[in-house]
Amino acid sequence: MADEPRPGDSKVEKSNPVAPKPARAVAPTSKPAAKTPPEAPKGPSDPLPADDLERPPFLVALQTALPDAVEQFSYWVGDWTVIVRPVSLLEVARFLKESDEGSFDYCSDVTASDWPPREKRFDVIYCLYSTRRRHRVRIKVRVAEDETVPSVADLWPAANWLEREVWDMFGVAITGHPDLRRILMPENWQGHPQRKDYPLEGPGELLFESPMEWLRLRNLTDETEIE
Amino acid sequence: MSNEPAPIFDTDELVINMGPQHPSTHGVLRIVLRLDGERVRDADVVVGYIHRGIEKLTENRDWTQIILLTDRMDYVAAASSNLGYCETVEKLMEVEVPRRAKYIRTILAELQRVASHCLWLGTHAMDIGAMTVFLYAFRERELILDLFEEYCGARLTYNSMRIGGLPLDIPTGWDRKVRAFCDVMDSKIQEYEELLTNNRIWLERTRGIGVISGQEATALGLCGPPLRGSGVYRDVRKDEPYAAYDEFDFDVPLGTNGDTYDRYLIRLEEFRQSLRIVRQAIDGLPDGPVMGKVPRLIKPKAGETYHAIESPKGELGYFIVSDGRSTNPYRLRVRPPSFCNLQGLKPLVIGHLVADVVALIGTIDIVLGEVDR
Repeated sequence: MADEPRPGDSKVEKSNPVAPKPARAVAPTSKPAAKTPPEAPKGPSDPLPADDLERPPFLVALQTALPDAVEQFSYWVGDWTVIVRPVSLLEVARFLKESDEGSFDYCSDVTASDWPPREKRFDVIYCLYSTRRRHRVRIKVRVAEDETVPSVADLWPAANWLEREVWDMFGVAITGHPDLRRILMPENWQGHPQRKDYPLEGPGELLFESPMEWLRLRNLTDETEIE
Repeated sequence: MSNEPAPIFDTDELVINMGPQHPSTHGVLRIVLRLDGERVRDADVVVGYIHRGIEKLTENRDWTQIILLTDRMDYVAAASSNLGYCETVEKLMEVEVPRRAKYIRTILAELQRVASHCLWLGTHAMDIGAMTVFLYAFRERELILDLFEEYCGARLTYNSMRIGGLPLDIPTGWDRKVRAFCDVMDSKIQEYEELLTNNRIWLERTRGIGVISGQEATALGLCGPPLRGSGVYRDVRKDEPYAAYDEFDFDVPLGTNGDTYDRYLIRLEEFRQSLRIVRQAIDGLPDGPVMGKVPRLIKPKAGETYHAIESPKGELGYFIVSDGRSTNPYRLRVRPPSFCNLQGLKPLVIGHLVADVVALIGTIDIVLGEVDR
């Protein structure tokens, strides 16, 4: 569970349609001024596991083998997450893959989420699975915009395209990647669309970064010129 | 006159572009091939031509509206995408789904698997040159689409599930029709087998083409039939049971050689296993409501989770982050099975002939709507 109380508590809303805080525009009765968006969340809750919860053997082994690498364990609706520092990511990943308790030989997914107000704004998340032991774990690293994350594509070639997508969508710099190019967006795209400060509509950051270039692209009629 | 050979006979390597508009790439997929004669020496797979930003869109839609968006990812298996999304949100909210809803979901997901494999079989066979199979397979797919139409009114984008259950109970007599379809389908699978399984041309074109070992396939993150074709026992339905799969008997077919022919045999066997599951579910369909107790305003507590289902293409995972106070997800990530399988295309095609590239695109069964999202 999250520790801090949240403004949009369901009980408050039910009893009082016009919420005392201007944060939520629930009821149509509230004035347009009440539509100001709530303050951006500071980051994921990353709830700590309960003390009496038994930890899976691979996490116990990880903590004994690399006690300094692990920042925190987190547990929520049946999923375990290991939060590590970017410098020890490769060490932890290799341990989880190669240790007998872990044997995470399958990298399901690599993704990220963006929490702009936080100093280390990105979470990069690795979803791992073991085809032999049939269990899952997630590794999470927190990085700032100017920090880099080492690539895990050497350990799991599956991460190759997935890390390219993280770079493309979030602009998290990944070092040691065999082929770091954009994957879904065009090669010459500016900006990273999945960032929270990227607008939902419109040509994106180009409009802000170089309006003249944006205007020029808008006025082009011949598609080959855009190429 | 010079004695130099005409340039047509030079032996340079040739770089050609296959796609994005090509009849055999199943959508807007582009592959840049470096060829030495007819042999592929190198390949670069370029995706993103129908990137619609569905993951970004979801951050601005409320939890129920997103079900519509999931329809549009894997548009030949929309019910599976619905199921994956609804199950993930239910896991995040810790909602209990009624048993009847679980059964009907399982039936829908398995009918969807049969429909998706029908489409795969038809297009894959036509890519290799067997026209008849295409017409046969689409004939049966039509029957499934009719069943879906009767259930939810749509034939392609079903929007057939809700968070906490199902929007509708099955119509009267629908279960009888599903059972009748299963009986029809049994004999049709036999027809496909007669056309292809021992067909000499089919064997020549698929045996030993695109061989990948189990270890490589696991490392590359392949999932679904391409992974099982290499002999790796991995099926989310068995390993991490969801919906009502833990209540049914079914087998997971495994390949031995990891070639295109094995992947074909596996999908044919999956037809039979799916029908087996559908029959068991129809026979044991429990009574009761189809919608669980879900608040009108869906707002999961702050937290994040990853949940995967076995879609016809492979492991379809959703990673959802909720900030606990807004009515839309903070982040929704789809782990698309086609995307991860497509990554395996490059190692598969290198060393093969250009004509086999078409067979190999077919064998990994991609839907570009899901690759690009």
